[in-house]
Amino acid sequence: MHLGESTRECEYSQISTRSSTPMETPYKKKTPKKRKWETFPGRNRFYCDGRIMMAKQTGVFYLTLVLILVTCGLFFTFDCWFLAEQLTPIIPVIGAVLFLFVIGTLLRTSFSDPGVLPRATPDEAADLERQIDVANGSTGYRPPPRTKEVVINGQTVKLKYCFTCKIFRPPRASHCSLCDNCVERFDHHCPWVGNCVGKRNYRFFYMFILSLSFLTVFIFAFVITHIILNSQRIGFLSALKDSPASVLEVVVCFFSVWSIVGLSGFHTYLISSNQTTNEDIKGSWSSKRSKDNYNPYSYGNIFTNCCAALCGPLPPSLIDRRGFIQSDAPQLAPPTNGLPMYGSTQSQQSHKVATTPLLQQQQSSEPVILSPENGASLPGRASLALGGPCTSLPLGQPTPPASTPSLSCHEATDLLPIHGHPHNHSHPLQEQLAHHHFLTPEEVPSPPGMLHCGSPLGHSHTMQGSFYNPASQDSLHEDSVRGLVKLSSV
Amino acid sequence: MATEFHNLQELRRSASLANKVFIQRDYSEGTACRFQTKFPSELESRIERTLFEDTVKTLNTFYAEAEKIGGQSYLEGCLACATAYLIFLCMETRYEKVLKKIAKYIQEQNEKIYAPRGLLITDPIERGMRVIEVSIYEDRGSSGSSSGSSSVSGSTAR
Repeated sequence: MHLGESTRECEYSQISTRSSTPMETPYKKKTPKKRKWETFPGRNRFYCDGRIMMAKQTGVFYLTLVLILVTCGLFFTFDCWFLAEQLTPIIPVIGAVLFLFVIGTLLRTSFSDPGVLPRATPDEAADLERQIDVANGSTGYRPPPRTKEVVINGQTVKLKYCFTCKIFRPPRASHCSLCDNCVERFDHHCPWVGNCVGKRNYRFFYMFILSLSFLTVFIFAFVITHIILNSQRIGFLSALKDSPASVLEVVVCFFSVWSIVGLSGFHTYLISSNQTTNEDIKGSWSSKRSKDNYNPYSYGNIFTNCCAALCGPLPPSLIDRRGFIQSDAPQLAPPTNGLPMYGSTQSQQSHKVATTPLLQQQQSSEPVILSPENGASLPGRASLALGGPCTSLPLGQPTPPASTPSLSCHEATDLLPIHGHPHNHSHPLQEQLAHHHFLTPEEVPSPPGMLHCGSPLGHSHTMQGSFYNPASQDSLHEDSVRGLVKLSSV
Repeated sequence: MATEFHNLQELRRSASLANKVFIQRDYSEGTACRFQTKFPSELESRIERTLFEDTVKTLNTFYAEAEKIGGQSYLEGCLACATAYLIFLCMETRYEKVLKKIAKYIQEQNEKIYAPRGLLITDPIERGMRVIEVSIYEDRGSSGSSSGSSSVSGSTAR
């Protein structure tokens, strides 16, 4: 049959060319295979052919590096000779050891994978959507946003669904809006190290700030000693003139000591109680929330908590940056009519459409809900709790409400040229909008007034047909940005 | 003919993949890696419950062994810290060693138990440790229009 053949041909070529995951290339590569980091969906930067992984903004990391290198360089050049002669040569040795340890742990923190969770494959995502819809039932009423409850050691923990990564986040995982990844045991995004701090690099981060505290105190103490000893011989002012670098070192160390030592102390407390910065700031396990609220992850005593965090086994990276992309993995529901990814079944189409109005609705109701929830409580606690370098982004949460509408508009236009995958067009945008509002899902009461979106199921077939049509992508994007969905925009 | 070539390619390539079942993680004991041992209904006709549950339980014990916090892991952690983590350039972590064991175990299980029943287990590490993916393959009666069979399998996937 001619029709069957042509469909089969479409299918056959689609199997090899369509991306089954966002990580695969959209078009067939006849040239050498690509490594997976080259098509990584998050907003990370990779160096050394995927061996090094950092966040997108690395400016502050270079500042950190320069500060440490310059201060230590000045110390070794100007102060160490005097101290080695006058006191003992062990001082520069200890200084060197500390310095190397600091640099080593800093680089390890910055360059390693913090524990990024890879995004769900289309089959997994479809399976999850199916399960969720079965659980909710299709009553035409907007289903409540997706959470799952699980009881861990007697405490009820809510697992949230990540619209970007299409997974239910494991407990303690969080989505970093800067890096656009879900990270396991998410602590915070640290601009000073240019990376997220999560399960895999938390110990390196802690070792870094601890050793840096020792280093700053060490340099501070010995530079002061140098100046004092020198001024006993030749007077205070001439001592200062003799080594002007010392003045700079003292100034840098003085300001660093307060923040770094404070931060080390804070993280020591977190480690001993087995909490993340995220949880501490939100007060997830604080007894103020309810009388029988306790931390289900704590091992009970401080020693075990510390050992577990610092000396526990180091899990491997889940994202396989340097692996090669396999383009011919068997897929579950091959597309028809060139429609990619979510197959041709009616139920799956209706799932897709059902989620879209949900996303739009969230965006339109967002400004009302976000501000009281995190705006008021966040800044106060952040400055109180941290007071150090890592205050700027303690949470991997969406940017404050005020900036979101412009941000999403900006990203709407940004995403169009960047994501050249024709079939991926609508997804990143909607996911961007969606995950910026992931705080709202619990609060949004799904007003019955949004009934105009209540009948997408009826339009599912045509909707799916137009959904991936590149010609209507622009109008769809505009509409979704404005918070409307024209379901009949075929 | 072109159609036969296409069919052969597809048979070899997709081997008439009918459905995929995902075994999700079990977080009831914390964030440690554990998979639910609940037997999925789609596999009822394909494999004995005990065999499948045994596989999942063995995998769970492997992961527990990898993530165990005890003398050996402390030693490894302290040694690594003392050498500024440079030791990992030449040594494999315990977790990686166990993952290799797991990969071998899964391959062995696939060869002995699952492939003869038309099933295939994907190593969870390839799915970011989120799920155990069990692919169900159908015996294709005829090599007729593949679009027909795939739409049939698509509807059964529901």
